[in-house]
Amino acid sequence: MTPNSPERSWPLWEVFTQGRDGEPHQHAGSVHATDAEHALQNARDVYARRNEAVNLWVVPSAAITASTPEDMGPFFDPANDKAYRHPQFYKVPKGVKVF
Amino acid sequence: MSTTPSVAEDPARYAQFEARIAADQSIEPKDWMPERYRSQLVRMMSQHAHSEVVGMLPEGNWITRAPSLRRKMILLAKVQDEAGHGLYIYCGTETLGVDRQELVQQLLDGKAKYSSIFNYPTLTWADIGAIGWLVDGAAIVNQTMLAKASYGPYARAMVRICKEENFHKRQGYEIMTTLARGTAAQKAMAQDALNRWWWPSLMMFGPHDSASSNSDELMKWGIKRKSNDELRQRFINLTIAQVKAIDLTVPDPDLRYDDATGNWIAGPIDWDEFWRVVKGNGPCNSERIGARRSAHAEGRWVRDAAVAFAEKQRSNNRETAERQQ
Repeated sequence: MTPNSPERSWPLWEVFTQGRDGEPHQHAGSVHATDAEHALQNARDVYARRNEAVNLWVVPSAAITASTPEDMGPFFDPANDKAYRHPQFYKVPKGVKVF
Repeated sequence: MSTTPSVAEDPARYAQFEARIAADQSIEPKDWMPERYRSQLVRMMSQHAHSEVVGMLPEGNWITRAPSLRRKMILLAKVQDEAGHGLYIYCGTETLGVDRQELVQQLLDGKAKYSSIFNYPTLTWADIGAIGWLVDGAAIVNQTMLAKASYGPYARAMVRICKEENFHKRQGYEIMTTLARGTAAQKAMAQDALNRWWWPSLMMFGPHDSASSNSDELMKWGIKRKSNDELRQRFINLTIAQVKAIDLTVPDPDLRYDDATGNWIAGPIDWDEFWRVVKGNGPCNSERIGARRSAHAEGRWVRDAAVAFAEKQRSNNRETAERQQ
């Protein structure tokens, strides 16, 4: 490594923050970092400067598999015709106020 | 700009895309989008990210000379936020398939644009107040609108940024208020800073709608929701009351209140000055890029050390694993 050699981008990591104890982790954004520990430190400095997190996950971006937008219809349509999975599907007799 | 090339890419998908924009749906990184939508976003978001990064320089100038430890800690936190904002937006830009290294290199090579406001010097401590109050204040007006942009990653970065910018504006106005209520010399310093930053702040919203080449397209695609002139007017209306509250005056003899619209109407903006600074001939253009270049060069050993350390950790871990086998 000489000062004139070109620099390569550090690997990209996706950052997930847990806002409070008991809450789920949510995607916050991404950081570049040399390794996982470095990614955690960068994620803390970028996404948790105001107590936005009690816990962080960092995941190599390349390790995430996502469904594609083209799949949106066919991939999720098994759920479309199953209204009976929701409580609103069922009628409750009129006399029953609290169920 | 003709829309024909975008339609020609894929008429069916283009129609779907336009329908989604019309229905206020969010466009996400893997969704199909016209090439022109992508390139306009890359242009706009990278300029925005560069502005956050260069924006640290005029304020960094005063960190060592802040008048109290309290002010120094606040300024450090604000400048650190600006670095964070740059990173949020670079991260958003990368979702469009751009390599950050490439964007950083464009900035270092002097090929990238950033907000011209940062090419003005910070001559006195009052300038730090004026920047927080006016420059961040103008940025909030713009970014509140962008928080509803059609591109999801950009909009989400803006939501995060707007929350943080409110502290920036408050701390700036507090500095100005303190000076304006201080000695005659302090008040004069506050007024001088307002005189120098007022017009450049109005120019931050960009050329008049009639002269803005990108606006129509950006609004058609829901990237921008309001025009440059609408946003500028909103900023003026919000700010005049704040100017009066601390007994200062804006350097505009033509400023008048319009009863019919409820707007404060500003006098003519010096667009020659605007274009002079945009084209690279502002007071600090070369100084800013010079400072960025030397910071990048001086930080090289830190980045190299981080890479070397991570490599060493990986090889240590490999050796440990091999021994355990």
